Amino acid sequence: MNGFRLYIRYVSASIRAQAQYPAATFLLTAGHLAATAIEILGVYALFHRFGQVQGWSFGEVALFYGLINISFSIADLLSRGFDVFGSDFVRTGAFDRVLLRPRSAALQLIGYEIRLSRFGRMLQGLAVVILATNLAPIEWSPAAVAIAVWAVAGGVALFAGILVLQATLAFWTVESLEIVNVLTYGGVQAAQYPLSIYAGWFRKVLTFGVPLACVAYYPVLAILKRPDPLGAPDWILPLTPLAGFAFLALSFLAWRAGMARYASTGS
Amino acid sequence: MQAWHRPYVAAFRARFLLMLQYRAAALAGFATQCWWGAIKIMVYAAFYETAAAAAPLSLGDVITYTWLGQAFLALLPWVADPEVGLSIRTGGVGYDRLRPLDTYSYWYARTLGWIIARALPRAVLMLVAAGIVLPLVGLQEWAWQPPSGIEAALLFVPALLLMVMLAVAVLMLANIVVAASLNERGVNAVLTPLVIVLSGSLVPLDFFPDAVRPLLHVQPFAGLVDIPFRIYFADLRGTAALQGLALQTGWTLALIGLGRLAMAQMMRRLEMQGG
Repeated sequence: MNGFRLYIRYVSASIRAQAQYPAATFLLTAGHLAATAIEILGVYALFHRFGQVQGWSFGEVALFYGLINISFSIADLLSRGFDVFGSDFVRTGAFDRVLLRPRSAALQLIGYEIRLSRFGRMLQGLAVVILATNLAPIEWSPAAVAIAVWAVAGGVALFAGILVLQATLAFWTVESLEIVNVLTYGGVQAAQYPLSIYAGWFRKVLTFGVPLACVAYYPVLAILKRPDPLGAPDWILPLTPLAGFAFLALSFLAWRAGMARYASTGS
Repeated sequence: MQAWHRPYVAAFRARFLLMLQYRAAALAGFATQCWWGAIKIMVYAAFYETAAAAAPLSLGDVITYTWLGQAFLALLPWVADPEVGLSIRTGGVGYDRLRPLDTYSYWYARTLGWIIARALPRAVLMLVAAGIVLPLVGLQEWAWQPPSGIEAALLFVPALLLMVMLAVAVLMLANIVVAASLNERGVNAVLTPLVIVLSGSLVPLDFFPDAVRPLLHVQPFAGLVDIPFRIYFADLRGTAALQGLALQTGWTLALIGLGRLAMAQMMRRLEMQGG
């Protein structure tokens, strides 16, 4: 069985397991939707009071918000194994079992669990994108749709990369470090507003450090057909989501370095 | 002769000292809250640059509000006390029923110890970072400001105390629902979003549309963030501040009364788990 078919097996097993408890799965999804949807309420309240922010309307910001939430929800859905890696695999010694199997550890972790409840955040993000379409002059031409899908793909890669880095740290710390929440949940928080409203140092962090702006701000400018107020050339805007994939690749390099020094905790 | 309060103080102390051991969690929480606070403040600053006149509070007050909110974040009733859920599932609640104590007060004391110990290290670190370090490095305008005058400082003390009492009263209701339903997920899924929006954690309540503001200002969760913080920077002063304190007190007493009634009901029907 090749890797891809094995992965499909993992996915279907995980989905069947959650389908055993349909009511619980449904309620968890609804709860996730409600918990993530209140954030847009805060954004709405600020726009209701102030009208606009440095030339950006609520509809435009809603597009940033919706796309970054969709990206994160998909990464969160797929990367559960890396998310709980420190607490559930390293500390317990369960990772030894993973290493004994004749398949790559990364594949087994990606297939560990598909969290259906994360569809809650995704539906919320989709709803906000529809809201944005009604409020802002967004023309969903085939090119715009392609850029949106491409940006979401880059965003999924970036967030997955962050979660892989979080798991990699566990090789050294033997714990899942919640501090990485700063980049995942905090990243969503930061990227839901246009980059141009932030201070200069923070813009650099979000572009060159953790390239959240490359998977949200720049491609969304291309969808909105707005020139970058900060002066990035137009041709580069649709290319920036590549940075998300580069980040993921670097994360897997770090992961391999961590694997090489793994010492079991178990007895 | 034993003073009546000693067992409750002991329960509080035990839980408080235990929770203080989680230093890594406190540091991680602190770092997260610094980042969160910084993003929020940059967003507010951008809105204020666009249309400061439309705002109900000054930017300086909103910055202090944000830092206060991050410092005292762990004092808010986000989720039911996990120990209560555990004791219900394992049958440990049976011991609590056998103690010659008032179970409500006993749980209240333990939950109080839990949230204060979680909040205290983070609040101190945040005060140092946002109240002392920021002004020292020349970022005075982004810093956590001291209370606006002696009166505000004096009124903030009871407001903060009532904020904690109210938070635990809310948590006790959540604990009781957990005990009755044997599951904490449902309660927490409802409680957390309610607290974020209605307390003023998301944005100060005055930022919401005018039509809903009068309602928002009298509901119980306002006493968790909005009222005490506005007393701190004297947005609520004189009679308005006293009204705020009265509202906090009233809701705290009401929720404790409700919790006691609900607990009596729940205990009568409680079936012991475990074995």
